[in-house]
Amino acid sequence: MGELTLDLGAVLLLALGLKGLAKIRTARTANALAALALVLAVAGLLLQQGLDGWPWMLLGLAAGGGVGALLAYRVAMTAMPETVALFNGCGGMSSLLVAIGAVQLPTPLSLIGQISVLASVVVGAITFSGSIVAMGKLQEWLGTPAWTLRPQRHAVNIATALACLACCVLVLKGFALALLPLTILSLLLGVGLTLPVGGADMPVVISLLNSYSGVAAAAAGFVVGSELLIVAGAMVGAAGLILTQVMCTAMNRSLTSVLFGGALGGAGASSEGGEAAKDEGYKNVTSCSPEECALTLEAAERVVFVPGYGLAVAQAQHSLKELARLLEAHGIAVSYAIHPVAGRMPGHMNVLLAEADVPYDQLIEMEMINPDFPRTDVVIVLGANDVVNPRAKSDPASPLYGMPVLEVDQARSVFVVKRSLGSGYAGIRNDLFELPQTSMVFGDAKQVLQGLIQELRSLGVGKVAAGAAASR
Amino acid sequence: MSTDLGAAEALWVLLLGSLLGLELIGKVPPTLHTPLMSGANAISGVTLLAALALIGAAPSPGLRLLGAAALGFALFNVVGGFLVTDRMLAMFKRKESN
Repeated sequence: MGELTLDLGAVLLLALGLKGLAKIRTARTANALAALALVLAVAGLLLQQGLDGWPWMLLGLAAGGGVGALLAYRVAMTAMPETVALFNGCGGMSSLLVAIGAVQLPTPLSLIGQISVLASVVVGAITFSGSIVAMGKLQEWLGTPAWTLRPQRHAVNIATALACLACCVLVLKGFALALLPLTILSLLLGVGLTLPVGGADMPVVISLLNSYSGVAAAAAGFVVGSELLIVAGAMVGAAGLILTQVMCTAMNRSLTSVLFGGALGGAGASSEGGEAAKDEGYKNVTSCSPEECALTLEAAERVVFVPGYGLAVAQAQHSLKELARLLEAHGIAVSYAIHPVAGRMPGHMNVLLAEADVPYDQLIEMEMINPDFPRTDVVIVLGANDVVNPRAKSDPASPLYGMPVLEVDQARSVFVVKRSLGSGYAGIRNDLFELPQTSMVFGDAKQVLQGLIQELRSLGVGKVAAGAAASR
Repeated sequence: MSTDLGAAEALWVLLLGSLLGLELIGKVPPTLHTPLMSGANAISGVTLLAALALIGAAPSPGLRLLGAAALGFALFNVVGGFLVTDRMLAMFKRKESN
């Protein structure tokens, strides 16, 4: 009975964990509960089957757990989306390996067992290769090559899927060797489905692949006859699907257009990181130095920062916070406008700014801050692009049309800190840069911010602050 | 490996588990999308149970090695996933207590 109690406890904790993760106050405890659930599940299983083969278990624990822990502690917060993708891919790989191992066991599998093996192989392989491609795209090791956007890709993917199906039939007929081509074809299918998806849509794909890895786990549960594994896999699979839907809504994209629509911006504008940095024919662009920007800032009463992924890449969160402190000491109201998809994943920017100790209550969500822009003196856009593009509201032909954006064009003056006039992650031209109230401050976000801090100090802003601090 | 699980029971379990998963996550604040995805991802490493079962039932060292590899991949997902989620959530927590 012991193992049944443990199993039931594990399922309960998993459910509570998943539920709690969706609320800020309970999220951290919920994460710990879910981890505890897996410990209980392992204890229950070992109680049932004994410790036979423990050296191999220790080997897996030391290798996988050790590397996982090391990576989890050392990875930069900016690289979080690709890290999740990597973890997810490995979960898929595990289901794939288990299924391949299970067919070689002496005990023959039932029909359901065989079908589950096939499901586990196919879904596990797609999850693995898809996640690795997603990671590569987020790291910008991979772009979106134009040939992957040709309409023929659908035919190729369908043909691959059909070939997979044929292999499955062969395996069921008794040709176990067909598992090898099945694995290879499924891996290719994962690449074929993920490669054409644009970089900006990658979080949605990772979330979907996360759901797949739950499905693969549930299939593995059928293979080894573990109810707990079936429940847990099904739960994560379904929850992942909902989360994918929620993220799609936040980004104003439909799941089908993410999966089959190709990269935003179409075949013409490939969103390859390095190559996007060319001048896209902007005309009426004003640029200014940090000095001029500092003068405007000094006279402002209300300043809003719009941080984007570029800020995080430049590791400039801490400089930004220093500048904000300086302005606050000067009596200027400072807040940060957070677009739901700022960064590379919904919620990513909140994590990045929290890391730099930016007060939580200064981070204002889009719906809350949009009405405030008309009475904002200065907006500084740091490494954000698509989320402040006014074209999303005005141009029905734009691929961004309909996406809710931060209405920074309503503010009195806007400074856009950017390395060049290159298009954003989605590869789309930004009309904001040409507005009369907009000035571009070209340069690395961190250097520009340091420059601003220096200029403000030389204007006496720092001294006032120091004096105020001393008199306190 | 206990493969004495009835097919019908297993399908019921699958169905109810899926329905539970659909209900558990309703409205999620965008702030939590990243940690939630990462946490759910860690849970999907639960396939480590299957890897353990494979090691337990495997008759040959070769198959046990395969099981150990599967276990390693799954644990990489589980351990790394939970820790990295905790790292992210710890940052929010600190802000709130201030």
